[in-house]
Amino acid sequence: MSEKKKKIETPMVDELLDGPWPSFAKDLKEWSSKKPQVGQLLGQLNQSYEDKWNYWQGTVLNVDGYGGGVIARYSELAEEYPDIAQFHTIRVIPPAGWVYSTESLRNLCDIWEKHGAGIMQLHGMTGDILLLGSDNKTTFEAAEELFENGWDLGGSGGALRTLACCVGEARCEMACYDTMKTTTDLTNRYISQLHRPEFPYKYKFKLSGCANDCGCSMQRSDMPIIGTWKDDIRVDQKEVAAFVTEHGADFVRDNVINRCPTRCITLNKKKIEIDNKECVRCMHCINVMHKALRPGVEKGVTILLGGKRTLKIGDTMGVQLVPFMPLKTEEDYDKLYDLVERIWEFWGENAMDHERVGEFIARVGLGTFLDGVGIDPDARMVKAPRTTPYIKFEEITPGRMGGEAEDDPAVSNAEVEQMEKA
Amino acid sequence: MADEKRKGPRDNGAPDYKKNLHPLMAKNYGQWSYHEKIKPGVLVHVAENGDKLYTVRAGSPRTMSVDTVRKICDIADKYCQGHLRFTSRANVEFLLAKKKDIGPLIKEVKEVLGFPIGGTGHSVSNILHTQGWLHCNLPGTDAAGSVKALMDTLMKEFESDNDLPARVKISASCCQINCGGQGDIAINLQHHHPPVIKPEGVGICELPKVVAICPVAAIRPRQQDDGVTTLEVVDEKCMYCGACHGQCPTMEIRDAKTDTLTIWIGGKTASTRNGPSFMKLAVWGLPNNPPRWTEVSDAVHKILDAYKATAYKYERMGEWVERISWQRFFELTGFPFTKYHIDDSAMARTTYNTSAQVRF
Repeated sequence: MSEKKKKIETPMVDELLDGPWPSFAKDLKEWSSKKPQVGQLLGQLNQSYEDKWNYWQGTVLNVDGYGGGVIARYSELAEEYPDIAQFHTIRVIPPAGWVYSTESLRNLCDIWEKHGAGIMQLHGMTGDILLLGSDNKTTFEAAEELFENGWDLGGSGGALRTLACCVGEARCEMACYDTMKTTTDLTNRYISQLHRPEFPYKYKFKLSGCANDCGCSMQRSDMPIIGTWKDDIRVDQKEVAAFVTEHGADFVRDNVINRCPTRCITLNKKKIEIDNKECVRCMHCINVMHKALRPGVEKGVTILLGGKRTLKIGDTMGVQLVPFMPLKTEEDYDKLYDLVERIWEFWGENAMDHERVGEFIARVGLGTFLDGVGIDPDARMVKAPRTTPYIKFEEITPGRMGGEAEDDPAVSNAEVEQMEKA
Repeated sequence: MADEKRKGPRDNGAPDYKKNLHPLMAKNYGQWSYHEKIKPGVLVHVAENGDKLYTVRAGSPRTMSVDTVRKICDIADKYCQGHLRFTSRANVEFLLAKKKDIGPLIKEVKEVLGFPIGGTGHSVSNILHTQGWLHCNLPGTDAAGSVKALMDTLMKEFESDNDLPARVKISASCCQINCGGQGDIAINLQHHHPPVIKPEGVGICELPKVVAICPVAAIRPRQQDDGVTTLEVVDEKCMYCGACHGQCPTMEIRDAKTDTLTIWIGGKTASTRNGPSFMKLAVWGLPNNPPRWTEVSDAVHKILDAYKATAYKYERMGEWVERISWQRFFELTGFPFTKYHIDDSAMARTTYNTSAQVRF
């Protein structure tokens, strides 16, 4: 850098310094007195605002033994902003449910002030802790110190991605299974798949303790694992009466009874009755009357498969693959692992490059997929049976997925007919 | 880094959450009975044994210096026995054992950090967003900045838990990959022409992968006169999604002159009531105007005003529009319904009104 430091002007970014919502720009501007590269980062951002144009190039940089976890960025304005010529992000696996002791957060701060630009994002859209601003040398030094302190890198690319979950049993009465334990166990069991990409494309788990889905699993993960229960909703009629007294019967009718998707609740004076057989465990009534109603006690999970955002075949949500599975004992967990591994094997063997599992299911069909992973069809997997009558019944004619693809598949045409006649 | 000690992967895995739990969380793990709202941004969770854990939720800017994170830690050390939590929407949750600490903690959070308290119940919580010009290689707009600008106008909605019919989740994405994801309201960048191929850069990309990633098979290899293989895009087929741009930076999909912003509404992840839903196109053609993006916040407020005025309690935005109809939505908000709102994807037919039901 030149001897005389040129003051970096950022007039457009400065328009974000004030206003009632906390300003990242103000924070970073103050922080830039300690880390000059942060001032340059704001300088480049200001240039982006002026030009409506981006100045980062992306590339790959891997820590020894890892196939992901570092998001490498090179500035196209390095001549002007030399200290951000290389300005990478390190993804770090957070504690499940994003709970922290100040000791662990301070440890991260110290490591990142020492080796990086000292900018953190809590958290990225993947759920990772993001540490912004290391170069080709300090990335490795930071990673080494992170490892020594028990931290580990998150996933990127065609790998298992960093898992995320809701707060679960740590602070929520609605949680139907231990989301934090399951997140941690899955992470640690499959840490190799997380660090060294071996899948057709990315694979994300997100875990929520109930159908409220605070873990945002339905549309943001390939395999949502969502808590549910099999027996009856627990009703405390004394609390129901108190709720009806406080809010009035009309409120309960408008906001609980009539909002039940299967109309399985009736209000009788100050008591409610639930036809639990028709209940779909949607959580609405429990959300509104959370002191009076609680999930049942025979708890477990519903597992879906195939959710993702819109590229390339349009938005997909997970398909209900396993309507109910208990998740308490070691044997229960073994069944979950077995399911995960069967899915990875069939998808891994048969998917195309860059094909997420939801796209794969859309291409081969859910029926074929179930055959491939060895799961019996269940009417709960569909909203309705098919409407098209063109069906290949395997009991009558041989199945098309019976074995290896043939090089010279059988054909039916007029010539064949005539030859057979002759 | 050189090869002094090449230690290879450590594969430490996830940090032990048990060591990071607030003592009351550890003690009452799986033993919570119910929760109550004390005031906007403040909750109490009551355990079976009567223990009470208070939560104060504060909106963070997500991108923070370690100095700010340390200040958060200082407050958590003082009031929260050294424990805190972040939500999926980048809110900080301060966890307290003593009710009397709530007031002093809030005062300190506001004075020292400048973070507002809220984001619980029927509020507009913190906006999920992507990296944008701050740190992504693909964006057509910024995220941290546009979110800051929009949240500046949504303080009332963040700081109240009863101002809206139901919770409103907003997300923002800087390209059409949409890392910001679904939301009750989502603000996404929109590209408007096929990628412009920078010929000098094709050599750095794996061409078969670029060809394969195109969802509509619009990209094909082309042999130049000099024998070098490059790529070409069939304009008519291309839907301007930018999938190829993520695969190969040479496939430049962005255009500062033509990129615009669109607003999508009605996404919901929870399976409550009618189940989860995808967001649908509401408004298109908004200018990408840093640093305050006022056209976007104006449009968001128009939508929120109509929603507040006509939705039932507990009715999320998508459920509201489904009930009142899209026809009413466009009437109430004044946004035009155009031919571009009509789906032309493989799922299009499922979106048509195939009944004789009609409103006037």
